[in-house]
Order: sequence, then structure tokens, then C-alpha cells
Amino acid sequence: MEKNEKSGYARRDFLLGSTAFAGATLAGAMLPTGMALAQQAKLKIGLMLPYTGTYAGLGVAITNGFKLAVEERGGKLGGREIEWFTVDDESNPAKAPENANKLVQRDKVDVVIGTVHSGVVMGMAKVLRESGTLWINPNGGAGAMTGEACAPNFFRTSFSNWQTTHALGKVLKAKGHKTAVFITWKYAAGEEMMQGFKEGFETEGGKLTKELYVPFPQVEFQALLTEIASIKPDAVVAFFAGGGAAKFLKDYQAAGLKGKIPLYGSGFLTDGVLEAVGDAGEGVETTLHYADGLDTKKDKAFRLAYAKDFKMQPDVYAVQGYDAGQLLAAGLDAVKGNVADRAGVIKAMEAAKIDSPRGQWTLSKAHNPVQDMYLRKVVGKENKVQGVAWKALADPARGCKA
Amino acid sequence: MDFAFFLIQLLNGLQYGLLLFLVASGLTLVFGIMGIINLAHGSFYMVGAYLAWSLSSLTGSLAAAILLAIPLTVILGMALERLLFRHLYQRDHLYQVLLTYGLILVFEELRSIIWGDDVHGVVVPALLNASIPLTDNLSYPVYRLAISGVCLLLAAGLYFLIQKTRLGMMIRAGASNRDMVQSLGIDIKLIYTLVFALGIALAAFAGMINAPLSSVFPNMGSQVLIICFVVVVIGGIGSVKGAMAASLMIGLGETFGQVLMPDFAGMIVYVLMAIVLVWRPEGLFGRA
Amino acid sequence: MPNARLTAWLPYFVVGLLALFPMVESTFYTQLLTKVLIMAIFAMSLDLLVGYTGLVSFGHAAYFGLAGYALALMAPKYETVSLWWSLPAAIGVCALFALVTGTLVLRTRGIYFIMVTLAFAQMLFFIFHDTKIGGGSDGIYIYAKPVMKLGDAVLLDLEKLQNFYWLVLALTALVYLLLHRVLGSTFGRALLGIKVNEHRMRALGFPVFRYQLASFTLSGALAGVAGYLAAAQYGFVNPEILSWHQSGAVLMMVILGGMGSLYGAVIGAFAFVLLQEVLSNQAWFGIAAKHWQLAMGIFIMLVALYLPQGLAGLLQQFGRKPVTEIADE
Repeated sequence: MEKNEKSGYARRDFLLGSTAFAGATLAGAMLPTGMALAQQAKLKIGLMLPYTGTYAGLGVAITNGFKLAVEERGGKLGGREIEWFTVDDESNPAKAPENANKLVQRDKVDVVIGTVHSGVVMGMAKVLRESGTLWINPNGGAGAMTGEACAPNFFRTSFSNWQTTHALGKVLKAKGHKTAVFITWKYAAGEEMMQGFKEGFETEGGKLTKELYVPFPQVEFQALLTEIASIKPDAVVAFFAGGGAAKFLKDYQAAGLKGKIPLYGSGFLTDGVLEAVGDAGEGVETTLHYADGLDTKKDKAFRLAYAKDFKMQPDVYAVQGYDAGQLLAAGLDAVKGNVADRAGVIKAMEAAKIDSPRGQWTLSKAHNPVQDMYLRKVVGKENKVQGVAWKALADPARGCKA
Repeated sequence: MDFAFFLIQLLNGLQYGLLLFLVASGLTLVFGIMGIINLAHGSFYMVGAYLAWSLSSLTGSLAAAILLAIPLTVILGMALERLLFRHLYQRDHLYQVLLTYGLILVFEELRSIIWGDDVHGVVVPALLNASIPLTDNLSYPVYRLAISGVCLLLAAGLYFLIQKTRLGMMIRAGASNRDMVQSLGIDIKLIYTLVFALGIALAAFAGMINAPLSSVFPNMGSQVLIICFVVVVIGGIGSVKGAMAASLMIGLGETFGQVLMPDFAGMIVYVLMAIVLVWRPEGLFGRA
Repeated sequence: MPNARLTAWLPYFVVGLLALFPMVESTFYTQLLTKVLIMAIFAMSLDLLVGYTGLVSFGHAAYFGLAGYALALMAPKYETVSLWWSLPAAIGVCALFALVTGTLVLRTRGIYFIMVTLAFAQMLFFIFHDTKIGGGSDGIYIYAKPVMKLGDAVLLDLEKLQNFYWLVLALTALVYLLLHRVLGSTFGRALLGIKVNEHRMRALGFPVFRYQLASFTLSGALAGVAGYLAAAQYGFVNPEILSWHQSGAVLMMVILGGMGSLYGAVIGAFAFVLLQEVLSNQAWFGIAAKHWQLAMGIFIMLVALYLPQGLAGLLQQFGRKPVTEIADE
């Protein structure tokens, strides 16, 4: 970046011709402070998140979380002021490369933060791998991003889909369940979560009796709920999110399955929907990297500050956005804001210990969080923490050669 | 699948079909009688659901919310017909497509501005909040059955309105020959306004009554949009009977499809539609 | 007269101006313009159906997406694929698919036609979304751009943005000329005749079905050109490119621009893509950019209400001047 600006100056001086002398003296005078000047140039951060459509709420939470992390550092990262750029990715994978390009090529940002939808993440990956721009993904859990498509400039502060269900195998075993049915949408994220659970459950000697898929993004579950009733597994494990999750929880209860076959899930099943489902979620146990009632100092402070700033309660997405800010700060602090020292930034981020509201975590070699997975239980309107289901769970990062 | 579960799946399919009919009925009406291709049908469904949610949290009762919301949606429908749709009757259908596509975007953003982007739930009315046990671990929610009842009533009502009443006669005549009806001194403009408002209100009503089951969430309208068109087209445009048959066919097809051939569940609806239309190009009950 | 002569030269002028564009700016806006031109090809292919043949397809993304997937599946992971055979192959796949689906869907008319075309597109969508053939719902990468080689010499290095842009521009012009020729021929006049009065044409002994099928197939093949280029541009293909949203978007471009004039489709593509670009630009609209779809929706509604011939109709009213403005974008 700094280099570009310098050459820009040089050309303008050349064009000015007669004032070239004055220009040269000016440049000479500024030489000793040249380094400091470069540091003061604003750091360009590009947010590529959904601001319209189904995931708009998540986009806002992540943005808020990120901005809170920046605000706590006096509105600066690595000592540099920030210039924000925002692109609404509409959760549309077909436009993903083009949208990522807006930030990379039009706005020439130093860092890209995004996004929610897995398909869009994959489209961004294509562009950002080629441009080499620093990228922190604050949500989308596509395994490939920190798997076969991993790259030195790719970082994630959220989870891999596999991680969110893997610990459930242990949980089910401890409860004495020997068979289970997994139900989710038929799309990549659902299949990856199913895989994560299956591996975890089978190493514990459990048996995944059946995988049930609902066409995405349909929310008519009655046929498969009936099928579950006829299979009679020891437990049901589910992944849905947003409106689909709310409807599933209600349907599960209405079908009378709730008291009969215990329901477990990826934490997203019960996140952000408890207001909507009444008592249908009560008692459902899930695993996720964040929970209510963690009761750590960091978490309390974060929640208080977030609620004060944005007049709403933070959720797991806000935490992931917040940690994206923290991770970036760790990287930039190490190089004193000189983002051009990419290797330095990356090295510092790789080594960072993030003191997150969710608890401390570090990055795996593939740049995905190695983090504690909490077992949570729905009590009232909260996903109350029950304990740690898996200490420092790392994604297997299959196919990552970095 | 033993016989008991086969019967339950049959019930699921029929019930889902009736739900589809509920959502699609307004579209058949506007589409069949006025010839308007209303892509924003799903948006009115969404508006209904959000109204049900916000008014029922205000009043504490879904029934009250529905009673309040129906007049609102009728007024909305009449206003839209007067202000927008009226200008497009004489033009190519595709301009209606353009207009209603624009409407989708507008409604979706207004929803975001007014009601936000969160997921909300609507409580099932206490009176209907019960379940009927079917097997040792499965039961059927009474509210779903109640909706099925409402759907059947609605179907009968629509059929009666169009086939048996004087208004229905005028509507049918207006659908086939607008100018002739007008020259007979019937206020065709008023009839169109009424029919359009009725169609909108039906879509919104479907959203309201379905809200306790479906929850209320952004983009919920676009999810039902395509399936509504599929129902109307398979059944034959403007045919209440056809829409009912198509709804049940799709309800059963999807239900058994998900169970028997889960890998192809997503496309079953479309395979059905393609087969029906290639076999009967005007739909099951369409006028050739 | 001078006016008419000017109008005749206008397309060349516009293409000339567009060709110069990468000299001025050679990164983001060149890529954006590349995308606009690709959508213009896509919109023209649909205009052949909607505006000239009187068949409204709501499943045109099927051919667009199919070509993209064809390229993705043909391109080897660690080597490049030759444009010379992969482009014709992708077009061929689309033409074949259009021919087969065409024989079926052409049994229906009007809204039924709209819905059957949608049905076939949705089937394709679910095939790529629900199975692993093309990477499932997360999509699949094309690692390198197709190459144009003659012997061992590289004719045009498509990895360079400008070169790819020029290729797309050339193909856009070519498609325009092709359609222009086709529509000016007896075949094209017969299509218009069928559009106006199908029964009369049938009575006159025209093989209506065969004409329509030919038009449908050509339209699908040209949509394939656009889909191939779109997939090659960013090297990423996702089921969303054959979703009904995509079919809807291209239909909007055609109606917005004005049906039944090829340049209307081109204008529609420019307006649709660039308007989104402008309205959602936060640097210009700040907080309001978050609700860019509201402005977009209102704009579309205004066109529907007040511009019966679409944007192209507006241009005809004002003469030639605005057209050059468009070229300046």
C-alpha cells in the first residue's frame, strides 16, 4: 500500500515539471518521518457480510462485535485509524467472487472480514487466494476453507461445521444412548455436521441408524418426524438454523416426540430462536463454542459493553465478530500497524492466544480455532452451560497442505 | 414402513397439501380471474405472518390479531390495486411481473426496517394447543388439524363464491370478457379492486394462520412463492378444484418422496409438474 | 437521413468505446464491465425467446448454469483446458439440453410454459445442489482460465483481465450480429409472425413447432456462451447460478431494457447490474446503502408503470444521445 502511494507521489511530481524542485525538497524534508506518515494512513477494513435477506441479523451482530473490539482499542488497530468499507453479500454465492472483488480491487482493502453463508465463503476463497489479501472469516463453517482450500492468508474465528457436532458423540455415549438419527437440511453445511457427529459417535461405539435430509431450505418436517417415530432411536441429533430451527423445535414438540426421544443438536439449533419457540426448546442439549452463563470476567465485560453500545444482547455471532477484531489486533500490534509486513502479521496471528468471551482459544495450523466445546442445555430463554464437552477441540483440517 | 405408519404419512401428506392450498388459494383467484401474475404473493404471505406476530404480541391473542389484521390487508390490497395494478391491465403480462418483482424488494426491505431481521414465534391459541396420540411415541397437534379444517372451509367458500353467487357470476364474466361486462353497466373496476383485495387478504390470512406453525422470519415469503405457482399451474389456472387436487398431489408427493427416495426429494415437485404439464398442457382442470 | 446514418453507425461506436475502456481502467471496473457484457449476452439470448418468439422462459438460468458446470467438469484440476474445444462443447451440451427440454415444454403455452421451463431448471438445480457431481451446494472451482492456443503459441492470455474482457466484448458483438442476422432472415420474420398469430402461421403451412424449437435451442446455446464465460471469469460455479433467482434476474433485465429489441436487452443488463452496484455503494449512500433493495424495487416499479417499452423505449424518445452516455459508463 505504502509503496503504491509513494509511486503516486513520484508521478505527480514528474507531471508538475516546473515545481519538481519544490517537490523534491518537500519529499526530502519529509524523509525522516516517512515511516511515521505511512503508519498514520488509515487501515482499510472491508466487511463483506449479509445485510439483506435471511441472514441480515447475523451480519449486523458480527459487524457490531467487530466494531466493539476496535472501539476497545480506541478506534484503532495496531495504532492505526480505520477506514471502513462494506459490501452486502446478500448470501448469494453466485455473486460472491464479484462482491469480494469490490473490496479487493475497487476499495483495495488491507483486510477482508466475512462472511456467514458457506457457499459465499467458497466464492470469496477463490478471489482471496489469488489476491493474497488477509482474510478473517467470522462465521461460515465450510470445512474446505481450512481444509483442502486452506491458505496462509485465510483465518477463521468461528468454527468448522465438523467441530460443532463432533463432541456430541461423547455426550450421547455418556448419557447411555447407543443409537441415534441425524436430521438436517440437504446441503454442504448439514452434511459436514452429520459427518462430524458420525465420527465422534462411532469412535464411542454408537451407531448412527439413519441420516435424514430435508431439501434446503424447506421447513416441512412432518414426514421425517414420523419416520423418526417409527425408527425409535435412543436419541435424535439435529442441525437447522434460524426460522428452520424454530419450526423444527416446535414441530418436534407438537409431534409428541419431545418427552420420548431426547433431542440434541449443533448449538445453532437453539441459538437466536428461543424467544420464538416458547417452551419447545426446553431441555434440548447442544454443543457449541459459546454458551450462556459462562460467568467469566471477560464474558461479563463483553456482554455489558455490547448491550450498552448496541442496545441488544450479544450472541455467538457477535462473539465471533468480536474475536475477528481481537485476532486482527493481535496481528497488527505485533508489526505496529505495518500491514505490509504480511508475514509478520500472519505469524503473530498464528501465535495469538485470544482471550475471548467464549474462553481462551488458539489457532490450528490450518488457521481454525482450537477451542472448548461446551455442552449447553436450554433453560428458559438461555442456552445454559453444563460443562465442557470437549476440551480444545481441533478440526481435522483434512486436505490442508499449508 | 408398516401399515400404521403408512396411514400416518398419508395424513401428513394430506395435511401438508391442505396447507399448500391455503397459501396458494389467493394466487389462483388473482391469477385466474384477473390474469395478474403476482410474484409478490409470497410477500403478502409474509406481511400476514408479521402482522399476526406483532398484533398478537400487542393484544395477547392470535384471534384478535387476525381480526384486526384482515381489514388492514384488505385495505392494503385495495390501495395497491388502485395505485399500481390498475395501470397495467391493458399491458403485457410481463410488466406485472416487473412490477411485482419490484414489490418483493420493497416489501422485504420495509419488513427489515419496520420489524427487523429476527426470528419470532407466535403462540398456538390455548384452545387448540393439544395433541392427539397416534402411536406410543407420536401424536398429532390439534392446531394442524384445525388448519386443515379452515382450508376445507375456505375451498368450499371460494367455490361457492365463484360458482354460485351473483358476484361470482360477474367475476367469471369479467374474467372472460372485460369489455362486454362493462358495457352491461357492471362496475368492472370495482369488481377487480374487490377480487384483488380478496386475493391479497387470502395470502396474508394464510401467513397469519400458519404463523404459529411456521414461525416468522425474513424471506419467508420467497420460500412459498414458487410452490404456490406450482400448485396453481398444475391444477389449471383459476380452478379452485384444480388447486385443491394439485395441493394434495404435491403434499403426498413430497411426503412420500422424502421417506421413500430421500436423495431426490428436492426435485419431486418439479418432476411432478413437468409430467403433468407435458401430459396436460393446461393443467389438471384448466380450460383448454 | 443523417440521423439514420448515425444510428446505423452507433453500435460500432459503442463497441469501439467499450473496447477502449481497459486502457483507462484495468482492474475492478473492467471486471465489472466484463460481467455486464456477459449478462448482456445472457439477456439477448432470452430476448430471442421472450421478445421475438413470444415464449417467456422462467428457467433460462438452466442453460447458463449448465454451461458453467460443463466447463467446471471439463477443466482438469492442475492443467488448463483449451477454449477451442471446451467452449463449443459447453455450447453443445446446452443446445442438446435445450433441444430435449424444448420438445417437451413447447407443448405448453403462456404461463404454463413459464412454469414448465422453471420446472426443468429447478430439476437441474437440485441435481447439482443435492449431489456431489459438481461439488454440491458449496460449489466447485475452475482453477485456471481456458487457454487460446494456436499450435504452441498463446494467441491471447486470458489470465489478463483486459484480454478476457476483449474476448467477452468480441463475443457479445458476435452474438448481437448473429441474432441480428437471424432475426432479419426469413426465419426471424416467421418467428415474429408466430408470435403475433400462431394459428394463422400454422394455417399458412409454417412448421410452427419446428421454428419454435429451433429458436429455443439457439437461445439455450447462446445462454450457454454467457454461462461459460461467467464461470471462466471468476473460476467459481455454485448451484445458485441455475436457481430461479438467476432466471428471474435475467428476465428482469430483458423487460427492464425493453423486449423485442436486442439492444434493449443489452441496456437492461447494464441498468440492472450497474444500478445494484451504485445503490449498494456505501461510499456514496452511507447507511442508506444497507437498504439498497428498497431503492432498486422502487426504480423497477417506476419503469413498469411509466415506461411501457422499457428503458430502450425511453432512449427512442430522446433520440441517440443517451446511448452514448451508456457507453461512457
